[in-house]
Amino acid sequence: MSSLEEVERSTDRVDRRATHADRAPRPVTGMGAPFAAFSVRKLVPDPRYYAPLFITGVLLAAHLSVGLLESPWQTGLAIVTSLVTELILGRLYFGKWPHLASAYVSGISVGILVRSSYYWPFALCAAISIASKYVFRIRDRHLWNPSNFGIAALLLVAHAMPHGDAEWMSTLSVQFGNSVGPMVVIWMLGSFIVSRLRRFHICATYVVSFFAFALLRALITGKSFESQYAPITGPMYQLFTFFMITDPKTTVRTQKGQMLVAFLVAAMEAVLRLAQNIHAPYFALFTVGPVANGVEIWLDARRARRKQGLQP
Amino acid sequence: MKLRLQMLFGVLLAGLLAAPFLLTRGAKAPRSLEPSPGVVARYGFRLQEVAHSSGVDFRHQAPTLDPRLNNIMPLIASMGAGVAVADFDRDGWQDFYVTNSGEGTNNALYRNLGNGKFQDVAAALGVAAVNERSTGVSMGAVWGDFDNDGYEDLFVFKWGRPELFRNDAGKRFVCVSDHAGFPGWVNANTAIWLDYDRDGLLDLFLGGYYDESLNLWQLSTTRIMPESFEYARNGGRKYLLRNLGEGRFEDVTARTGLLTRRWALAVAAADLRGTGYPDLVIANDYGVAEFFANVSDGRGGRMFREIGARTKIGAQPKSGMNVAFGDIRNDGSLAIYVSNITEPAVLVQGNNLWVPKVGSGAEDLTYENVANVMGVENGGWSFGAQFGDLNNDGLVDLFLTNGNVSGAREKSYWYPYSEIAGANTAIISDAKNWPAMQEASLSGYQQKRVWLNRGGEEFLEVAPLVGVTETYDGRAVAQADLWNRGALDVLVANQKAPLLLYRNEAKPDHRWIQFELEGTRSNRSAIGASVVLFWDGKQQRQEVLGGCGFCAQNQRRLHFGLGTASQVEKVMIRWPSGQSQTVTAPAVGQLHRIKEPA
Repeated sequence: MSSLEEVERSTDRVDRRATHADRAPRPVTGMGAPFAAFSVRKLVPDPRYYAPLFITGVLLAAHLSVGLLESPWQTGLAIVTSLVTELILGRLYFGKWPHLASAYVSGISVGILVRSSYYWPFALCAAISIASKYVFRIRDRHLWNPSNFGIAALLLVAHAMPHGDAEWMSTLSVQFGNSVGPMVVIWMLGSFIVSRLRRFHICATYVVSFFAFALLRALITGKSFESQYAPITGPMYQLFTFFMITDPKTTVRTQKGQMLVAFLVAAMEAVLRLAQNIHAPYFALFTVGPVANGVEIWLDARRARRKQGLQP
Repeated sequence: MKLRLQMLFGVLLAGLLAAPFLLTRGAKAPRSLEPSPGVVARYGFRLQEVAHSSGVDFRHQAPTLDPRLNNIMPLIASMGAGVAVADFDRDGWQDFYVTNSGEGTNNALYRNLGNGKFQDVAAALGVAAVNERSTGVSMGAVWGDFDNDGYEDLFVFKWGRPELFRNDAGKRFVCVSDHAGFPGWVNANTAIWLDYDRDGLLDLFLGGYYDESLNLWQLSTTRIMPESFEYARNGGRKYLLRNLGEGRFEDVTARTGLLTRRWALAVAAADLRGTGYPDLVIANDYGVAEFFANVSDGRGGRMFREIGARTKIGAQPKSGMNVAFGDIRNDGSLAIYVSNITEPAVLVQGNNLWVPKVGSGAEDLTYENVANVMGVENGGWSFGAQFGDLNNDGLVDLFLTNGNVSGAREKSYWYPYSEIAGANTAIISDAKNWPAMQEASLSGYQQKRVWLNRGGEEFLEVAPLVGVTETYDGRAVAQADLWNRGALDVLVANQKAPLLLYRNEAKPDHRWIQFELEGTRSNRSAIGASVVLFWDGKQQRQEVLGGCGFCAQNQRRLHFGLGTASQVEKVMIRWPSGQSQTVTAPAVGQLHRIKEPA
């Protein structure tokens, strides 16, 4: 879900045939700039707000219906920390106030996906997520999906600690239940939004790949096929399928490339699942995303050099 | 310039990633495998495990259910170790009943001989052989004087036929289940005695876990599992069995509004809203906890209204396994402790310690969870817990047992468990879809918790320091003064493991006082009586309970630690009948037997 803001940015890119320069956070001038974009007039038609609106809607619906959030204050802290970190780092880095839609979605993603009875992991994860965008950059393009990086990094830290000292964090355990209803709603909404963003092929590739790898895992482990494809039938996995896998930062520009990346994410997840990694989806994205981006950046650079070489 | 900034931000990021190591430092009490030499002076008590030397050699055995459940048999057959305390023969010494769950195994009734030894008299008195494939196996038991003859009777709840044994003057037990009007088969994991309508007769609440239509030894389907990991409503039904007298009970569940099919694992009843009637709190697996307020039915009777979400205790679905009440701040209100699951970096539900919000009353009662700030949140895969003043300092402490399935240490079932937990209803509800568990562990070999109440502000974990170092898969905890010395000893029933008996060596300069109540207009066990003790400018409330915790029952006698105070101002008793009584300046350091004024 942390990729939703990137999905929106990618819409701009697809529609306007954008260049790489468009991938960088779009600086907006003036002190009021970070909030100017939230005007009602702009809110509805601007596709960049589909994602924040959708994820806010999902959060509110889930919390009001099934009490998704143990503490709304924790989610609020994650959002505020994310926004403040983005403002500070963005201002220092670009010299201008950054657009806040992306940071908002990162914050809300952290607020949903992190589970802890403490407050500090929410603030910490949000700050790490945003900071990662500014640290791991090549050619002004960040490599990791921010909240995927934040969550995966903190999970790695937790696993590096003595067993009894790591009770401060886990990922989402309270879900939207296991019934068909929420799944259908998410499928409908997800299909609509992802189709509008011309990324449904990524979801389809991932789902088909997941089932294929589930069958393979069942054959390797001797477990039932049902138990191996079971995770993808849960509503939370639908969010992962529609909105994390479609993240431009974990995919690449071309349609074939995007499908290849989706396949590789499923493949990496299968490897991690065979190794009995509980957080396999997070770590699959965490590893495949930057590699895919790195390869594309390298290919682009090579192409640019060749182009320059051909020019008289 | 940008590269420098990136490097600077990189340093910042590294600092952020290192922060958890600093933030979690010093958060835990120092641990030691051996009790410290000066532990009694420091913490006010120590616990010594003395089961074997006291003549208690009981080992729980699990059932072997339908072979179609073999893939997850260790997970399914992971409950049944229970313990309930009562002075069944009225000799002044607390005895205890322990449940077993293997087919053909015996339950045990340990009679306290008064000399530090216990003798299993279950077979001789007729309450041993209750675990049979045909009638089901025990999950727990509770004592209550349902016929008001002065002797505590025994109710055994099972995955099978509920059994009621009438206590015949402490000499023998007579099975009276056939004529009691009980349901034929309930897959129950919790039961309590309570007098919900205050008619002077003890009623029975029985909570189903698996659907009551299932015989777990002869299944016609493997679709027996919860429909959801968090919102399951396909568990066993509940029963409120109203005592009609003369050994007959009437099913008033529907009439009283207790139509819930959540997966109940623990229930306890106390007057939480100040109405004089007992309210019910149910801890449910795979879902939210429930709070059933005892209200008028408008026709002169009583019924229950579920207000869990409103009170906040039912807002978040978790894996509830325990309900215990304790006046943790000595302010006259009862906090509710509900245990759940915490597996570091995997699943952090956290246990809940619900305290009433200041100013909220019967109509707008709301609770807030202070488990985190008070330090009693992380108990591992928690099961039974009980409040009790272990060091007699005047504040109730908390003993928690835990550990789910201890199999092979190097094999964990957590990954397969996570696979199925998020699956769609059609998959999760069918046991055949659950990955094979084989010999894997699932949160096994866990260190128990003994949390010491520090001024009503926080709890300090001292389990290994005071002598609790075992790591069996604990289920039930019960507290009782087994040696009549004015100290609470602790019984821990473990799944597929020995029953443990911890003898308490409490600080001798800490005083205590105990009360044993006998109802006349109220039920004779005085279950539901509320007692508030006033001393040294403090007050503490306790209630006589007909079972609490997880498959457990503490002694009915109420024990108060007093710290160094040498006198008590008064004790106020509100009997279940509604009658109030005040006893002024009762002597400390002794047990007071108080009979309800006629």
